[in-house]
Amino acid sequence: METTVTKTGTEDQIWGGGNQPLKVSYGKMMMWFFILSDALTFSGFLAAYGFSRFKFINSWPIADEVFNHFPFLHGVDAPMYYVALMTFILIFSSVTMVLAVDAGHHMKQKKVILYMFLTIIGGLIFVGSQAWEWKNFIKGEYGAVETKAGQILQFVDTEGHRVALDEVAIVDTNKERAQHEKKSGIWYEGEATLPTYSIDEIRAGFAKNKDLLIRTQILTEDGEKTVLSREESLRRLNADAIGIVEGANLVHNEYGTPLFANFFFFITGFHGFHVFSGVIINIIIFINVILGTYERRKNYEMVEKVGLYWHFVDLVWVFVFTFFYLV
Amino acid sequence: MAHDTAHHESNIGRIWKVFFLLSVITIVEVILGIIKPAFLVETTLISMKLLNWIFIILTIWKAYYITWSFMHMEGETKGLRRSVVWTGIFLICYLIFILLTEGDYIYEVFRGGYKAWDF
Repeated sequence: METTVTKTGTEDQIWGGGNQPLKVSYGKMMMWFFILSDALTFSGFLAAYGFSRFKFINSWPIADEVFNHFPFLHGVDAPMYYVALMTFILIFSSVTMVLAVDAGHHMKQKKVILYMFLTIIGGLIFVGSQAWEWKNFIKGEYGAVETKAGQILQFVDTEGHRVALDEVAIVDTNKERAQHEKKSGIWYEGEATLPTYSIDEIRAGFAKNKDLLIRTQILTEDGEKTVLSREESLRRLNADAIGIVEGANLVHNEYGTPLFANFFFFITGFHGFHVFSGVIINIIIFINVILGTYERRKNYEMVEKVGLYWHFVDLVWVFVFTFFYLV
Repeated sequence: MAHDTAHHESNIGRIWKVFFLLSVITIVEVILGIIKPAFLVETTLISMKLLNWIFIILTIWKAYYITWSFMHMEGETKGLRRSVVWTGIFLICYLIFILLTEGDYIYEVFRGGYKAWDF
């Protein structure tokens, strides 16, 4: 660094730059202020999530009902265990990172390599878990019916257990409706994928099965979703419903308001992107450690700087975990 | 860039202690989130369930440990610490305050029945 700066002979004096009030290197200080600005970005997203949630405080989806999958436990209601596991993985990779920084302070190259390797593995497992979580969310589980106003109606039996669309629908076998594809039309225009069931098939099935009821998005005093009476259910389904929803994307969401899905994709996506870029940066530094760059430089401050970034990613996840899954 | 490596004593013991603490806090959060004790859900404090306040406080506690211990904020100078932490906390509190107040206002407008939205 010295090579780029003209020497004036006053380096040690206050007005010659000798005064370092923060007693920290340029790179580390800038990492801190980058983290500060990134923290403000994330809090902007989370505060916007809070805004939307307060706006729909009496009809927001219940996280425990949305995120209740666990690998190899199909059909078991396991709220939160998976995301708690993900949190542990990320916290643990933070621990290995801080161990790498600590080993760096003592110039133990072998240990830095080992701990950074573990950190990278942890980060990759986390991103993979996040992808699995997304897959379940996008695929959906029970399916629902959407009304003219975009409200979601879900099916339950008399005991309040959710009922999936394929148990409700009576499939009309005479239906002759194929998806219009680009190749079959004259103007090379296709249409979106057809829904699995038409709303009429759902209506027919619902009318036949007297045990079915409809659950709206509105929360009761106890924080549970309102279940309508049989007559009211029939009325809502026949008068208001316009189509079915399976899973979630940015426009439709079987779990409730599309805003919930939008924020989920945006915030966990942005965080996942941070983890991903953190892994990439870690890999770059990891290679440098193996090559002995920092041994020659006689300090491992670069490991410390990427460590700061990595802990920040963990820090953000702690908040995402709370506001998406717990509160 | 002269960095004195001799000054750093190993604090591996402390790292594991903080990890243990963070794990315990997370486990407590998950347990509370699964059993949802009735009295915590029913009690409301400043228009929010007591349980949610507990979650938020535990989260801030975790954030404190991550920043102070893992990111080694406790070892930085007062100036750096304050310029990062106070700036962040002030702006975030301000943002949360205005957005949540606004969100609640819109909820009241929806509830007032001036606009049909559930049909």
